[in-house]
Amino acid sequence: MDILRFITAGSVDDGKSTMIGRLLYDSKSIMIDQLEAIEKQSKNKEDGIIDLALLTDGLRAEREQGITIDVAYKYFSTPKRKFIIADAPGHTQYTRNMVTGASNSDLAIILVDARNGVVEQTRRHSIITSLLNIPHVVVAINKMDLVNNSEDVYNNIVIDYEAVATSLGLKDITYIPISAINGDNIVEKSPVFPWYEGESLLHILENVEVANDINYTDARFPVQYVIRPQTDALHDYRGYAGKVVSGIYKVGDKIIVQPSGLESTISAIEIGGKEVAEAFAPQSVVLHVSDDIDISRGDVIVQKDNQPSVENELDVLLCWMGNKPLIPGNKYLLQINSRLTRAVVKEIEYKLDVNTLLKEPAPEQAALNDIVKVKIKTASPIPFDSYKKLRVNGGAILIDETSNVTVGACMIQ
Amino acid sequence: MVTENKTAVKEIELLSENNNRRLDYLDILESESIHIFREVAGQFERPALLFSGGKDSIVLVHLALKAFRPGKFPFPLVHIDTGHNFQEALDFRDELANTIGEKLIVRSVADTIKEKNLTEQKGKFASRNALQTYTLLDTIEEFKFDACIGGARRDEEKARAKERIFSVRDEFGQWDPKLQRPELWNTYNGRIHKGENVRVFPISNWTELDIWNYIKRNEIALPSIYFAHDREVLEWQGQLVATSEFIQLDEADKVSVKKVRYRTVGDMTCTAAVESTAANIDDIIKEIIATKTSERGETRIDDRVSEAAMEDRKKNGYF
Repeated sequence: MDILRFITAGSVDDGKSTMIGRLLYDSKSIMIDQLEAIEKQSKNKEDGIIDLALLTDGLRAEREQGITIDVAYKYFSTPKRKFIIADAPGHTQYTRNMVTGASNSDLAIILVDARNGVVEQTRRHSIITSLLNIPHVVVAINKMDLVNNSEDVYNNIVIDYEAVATSLGLKDITYIPISAINGDNIVEKSPVFPWYEGESLLHILENVEVANDINYTDARFPVQYVIRPQTDALHDYRGYAGKVVSGIYKVGDKIIVQPSGLESTISAIEIGGKEVAEAFAPQSVVLHVSDDIDISRGDVIVQKDNQPSVENELDVLLCWMGNKPLIPGNKYLLQINSRLTRAVVKEIEYKLDVNTLLKEPAPEQAALNDIVKVKIKTASPIPFDSYKKLRVNGGAILIDETSNVTVGACMIQ
Repeated sequence: MVTENKTAVKEIELLSENNNRRLDYLDILESESIHIFREVAGQFERPALLFSGGKDSIVLVHLALKAFRPGKFPFPLVHIDTGHNFQEALDFRDELANTIGEKLIVRSVADTIKEKNLTEQKGKFASRNALQTYTLLDTIEEFKFDACIGGARRDEEKARAKERIFSVRDEFGQWDPKLQRPELWNTYNGRIHKGENVRVFPISNWTELDIWNYIKRNEIALPSIYFAHDREVLEWQGQLVATSEFIQLDEADKVSVKKVRYRTVGDMTCTAAVESTAANIDDIIKEIIATKTSERGETRIDDRVSEAAMEDRKKNGYF
């Protein structure tokens, strides 16, 4: 049993909440008291229909204002897999939320209303999926009941979407016709689509291969914390605690510490206090090296024969998340894994239209939800990989030093 | 041609080796939680681990052991004692802190009530749940804690489903759901202004069943009240509440001895027991898989007050 993290993209009108509610309800992840609570709230409770969308409804603050705040996380599991759903609202102004939810997702479900086909919002969600490099995509064509479960309608939408997918370079796309409200093709394959040859949505989610998404080639180990007991018995113990974000480390491997460039050899590896011969992503471990060299939080231990870039000028695709605009020349803190460094956004090169992927002339400032290409200069060189190649060492955040708020998501090019 | 074949063979060998490098979901959750613990250690000056003697905080302690041993924890264990706790949980708390040799700080809600002249709730199940927020905030101030690690999980309740792993609170301990920081990848922004603090939830992504499966796999000891035992209980609106000096009984109350266990451990005034014969972890896991009621719904009297009870308490500085 492993874990699949996925994001659902679509607005309320696409039936996103109903689809999530269906998955939870039909996989028996909803408890009686939770059902009773939504039964009380369901508008149509007289006719015995429960509004499954209410299962994903969150806070009173949201209900009162009729809005959805940020990302909500939902959990369910089947004997095959544990699922973590990042439920992000899909309106225009919420690019920030989808980017946040997408950053940790293995898969995106993009909902399309069968009556409307591929619309601007579908494109926007697909563009974000592609920018955040989500490895797997399921295009769920919903509300098929409202188009008489028509194969032609479905096929035309698939053809339209394939054009979008090709232009974005999306990989591993699965198409599925569903009716979330009726539960068709959600947990069980439905007979209302006799022409559909694929499996149910849950079956697809249970079987998509995510283990192959782990990079075992480019070993990266950002040091989080140095364990030094300094007791009599463990006087010389010095362990580097962190998570193998990608790749494999073995005892005896020749390593380099970046950005210092110091070299050594791995002398021991511990997992939960036990010595092991190797560690691999995504294990949290303690590494020991054979030389007495300076290694501290924020350093990245890598294999001598496989190096990240170590530079202080970065080309970045930046999703701006601050309420205050981004002004070129402003200084921020840049955090990549455990490394924190001062940075200045030097210039905006262009703005990306998230509906068309067209490059627009650089604006003077970037506003909330804008995606812009920028040049960032850091105070000292940082070890990184391109986001496209290695998500786990190519994504960084920008922090406003005066408010301490996270204001930007950086995909390093 | 020969070299091509050799490369192909090597690639296949590598692939099959990598097939053996697959982590189980509990390993993945454990690694994620250890990573969060170490981020706290790396980012904060004076963190604390809030420890109640309940199963979730016991799991936190075990994760901290995996994150920091053979070093000491870079934080003390802190318990806000309402005075309404189960003795078994308190004894377990002291024993565990003692066994692992880590510092335990206990602050008492009763003292806060005296010092600040606070008014206690009245009624049948007079609870100190709301008052413990005062003691918590005082304790944060007393020790200048900048981060408090807690065992809340997102599957527990819908207000928690929306909370970040690093959740910033203002100097009054308040949570503002509309001003949460976006949390991307596995990068946690713990920067705060003086007086603010961060609540950190390393087991955010665990469910109740994950916790029990982890306890089983790692043979983690728990207080005895988690297992079936005989206890005198009051039947109240379908829930079983242990009789104790903290709740008021009326003549009409139906009191009987039943075989029960606790699914969650909180105050005696607001935690209900469930009827059960589950005497070991395997039996408990079977019962949890079969149950039709959520953890908090079945056992927490305090969440029933209103639909948004948890949301309101969180906004006021509660966990």
